[in-house]
Amino acid sequence: MDLNLDAPHSMGTTIIGVTYNGGVVLGADSRTSTGMYVANRASDKITQLTDNVYVCRSGSAADSQVVSDYVRYFLHQHTIQLGQPATVKVSANLIRMLAYNNKNMLQTGLIVGGWDKYEGGKIYGIPLGGTVVEQPFAIGGSGSSYLYSFFDQAWKENMTKEEAEQLVVKAVSLAIARDGASGGVVRTVIINSEGVTRNFYPGDKLQLWHEELEPQNSLLDILNAAGPEPMAI
Amino acid sequence: MSQSGVDVPPKGGFSFDLCKRNDMLIQKGLKAPSFLKTGTTIVGLIFKDGVILGADTRATEGPIVADKNCEKIHYMAPNIYCCGAGTAADTEAVTDMVSSQLRLHRYQTGRDSRVITALTLLKKHLFSYQGHVSAALVLGGVDITGPHLHTIYPHGSTDTLPFATMGSGSLAAMSVFEAKYKEGLTRDEGIKLVAEAICSGIFNDLGSGSNVDICVITKGHKEYLRNYMEPNPRTYVSSKGYSFTKKTEVLRTKITPLMERVEITEVGEAMEE
Repeated sequence: MDLNLDAPHSMGTTIIGVTYNGGVVLGADSRTSTGMYVANRASDKITQLTDNVYVCRSGSAADSQVVSDYVRYFLHQHTIQLGQPATVKVSANLIRMLAYNNKNMLQTGLIVGGWDKYEGGKIYGIPLGGTVVEQPFAIGGSGSSYLYSFFDQAWKENMTKEEAEQLVVKAVSLAIARDGASGGVVRTVIINSEGVTRNFYPGDKLQLWHEELEPQNSLLDILNAAGPEPMAI
Repeated sequence: MSQSGVDVPPKGGFSFDLCKRNDMLIQKGLKAPSFLKTGTTIVGLIFKDGVILGADTRATEGPIVADKNCEKIHYMAPNIYCCGAGTAADTEAVTDMVSSQLRLHRYQTGRDSRVITALTLLKKHLFSYQGHVSAALVLGGVDITGPHLHTIYPHGSTDTLPFATMGSGSLAAMSVFEAKYKEGLTRDEGIKLVAEAICSGIFNDLGSGSNVDICVITKGHKEYLRNYMEPNPRTYVSSKGYSFTKKTEVLRTKITPLMERVEITEVGEAMEE
């Protein structure tokens, strides 16, 4: 069994950011892995930068934590100096400066999402290398590979808040089903003019997909359950 | 005036100049000296009134047990303790360093230290060494904002959890926690669960062993239970003492205990602050 407990923590991850009519919805799974061991099955990958801007982290846990800590600090200073809440564009740009200028040393992909009064809800994807791309929706992490086609088909402009959140939960849940490095619970953060709402969907309450079994409490329950009824003629 | 042949990095830190030469020597057949690693099972959990930390006490040097009863629960502040796994020197050094920094910070602010302060100081240091300081820590304490438990990995990432395990025995201990942990444990239930988790590491992991150390931290009070459980007593100690082979005639026997019990009597006035 390849269990290297000294391997750097990586968040295998599925992260998603989606705009809707009035704001954004950010979503993520909750698995942090060290090699093949799940070091934290309930991590929070959606980190607050300011009151109105959040970032989804993927890749190396240490690198993404350090980058978001620095940017939170810079944005705090910026907010004081500016005298009003920072915009999502500025937050994304600060992350991009760190990611691009330290591209040789960092290994982290981030999705910045938030709401400000000038542009409304915005999502910026900042993958490895430090590009910054403004998108109506962004996906990232190892689990995102399984979602490109899903979004091509399911995404539409001007969704309502409920539709957008359901889309995000469904997408993360699908990725968790197929990606070994994603799992645990689905966390979502909805940001709009009214404020921020955090939601939590436990893994065993999600919809079951193809060939997925009902969640059980323990292996013993499964083994002790009565066998299938014998065929009656 | 002789010139130093090896470049020292200007801001301190590691110099990798000798790595190539060391690799060459190892290829030529030289056995590299090993360092003391704490194989280790360390755990922490949050219970009703605070935090309980637990650790085993075996320190290993490769396959040899170098210390059968070492202390892995390190003092950080009166209300904060930290268990350390990984290279023993690294865990000792980093916890001592941050403990000093916390004390200076306490003097400067005039307030009790917070767990999140210790966390930030530790993670900054470990991240800046990019994983080369091999210290995996379980940091727990109770401050003015409540009880906190964090894990810190050698690369500098941190997690905040209600129960946590680290070290080579972490899988064994985590299986106990995942089966039996629940919120709102009482002090005795919590200690029993921590001891069970450490024992599971001691008996199922080769890198962990000997005794169980426990530290209970609550608001305004801490209890360091050194050697709370000793499930591995030395069983075959001969009561006859050392016996020589058959033909040897023993002329004289003198037994000198290596450590004398020293009685200290306080004379004079107590020291004044």
